[in-house]
Amino acid sequence: MSIALLDIGLRHFLLVSLVVFALGLYCVLTRKNAIGILMGVELILNSANINYIAFSHFSSGRYDGQIFAIFVIMLAAAEAVIGLAIVLGIYQNFATIDVEATDNLQG
Amino acid sequence: MGALIFYLLAALTIGSALIVALSRNIVYSAFSLLGTFMGVAGLYALLAADFVAVIQILVYVGGILVLIIFAVMLTHRIDDVAVSNRSVGRLPAALIVGAVGVIMSVGVVGARWAQKADVQAAPTTYGIGDAFLGPYILPFEFASVVLLVVLIGAVVVSRKEIREETGS
Repeated sequence: MSIALLDIGLRHFLLVSLVVFALGLYCVLTRKNAIGILMGVELILNSANINYIAFSHFSSGRYDGQIFAIFVIMLAAAEAVIGLAIVLGIYQNFATIDVEATDNLQG
Repeated sequence: MGALIFYLLAALTIGSALIVALSRNIVYSAFSLLGTFMGVAGLYALLAADFVAVIQILVYVGGILVLIIFAVMLTHRIDDVAVSNRSVGRLPAALIVGAVGVIMSVGVVGARWAQKADVQAAPTTYGIGDAFLGPYILPFEFASVVLLVVLIGAVVVSRKEIREETGS
């Protein structure tokens, strides 16, 4: 149950990933700036990747976890590109990227 | 030695993530993402995932971070910190995040994870390339299609719309 401080095991990496995930979640929840929200999403994806690599390293010795991590990195790049293109489009139309100002569709 | 490296990398990752999440200036947040990405890449290297570590640096630091900093600089009034990064609902967000963190840390610490007894590090590039062209060939090809769609989509979304008068 206890965590050895000097013998680095799976739990240490999972705890680092947990902290990064919590900070990303906080970033997504509190930011009003659309780019800030995207940064929070990147933090969350990174924490998921740490979990993939850690489980892959400490369990199987096969490459499935690393390949999933590579796919996640690819999708994160795609998400960042599309997200930032949308943010720049919003900025051209609204002259702001405050996500609370862009509520034209709420009727 | 390995423990020391781990704690240094974890401190780099978590410290920069703290600045990303809590800084009131969006420019500081964007630049401290660099520390987070490099720290995570170091953690990958520590976990013997050398190929993924290099991919992390190439794609995240070389691609996504540059894009984010571009977007920050293009959309942000630098002298106007108060407007740029105001956050709402700190207390409810902190409560939610705290609850999620406590629940997940109880799970992480309490669970009996099955670990392999002897973990050795070996070069991974050969095996990953083999797997991409073997059992993972279909997702690999789908990934290339997704990237093409994203490329075209980003151009379509962000271009200026020019309507030609056809004179009809």
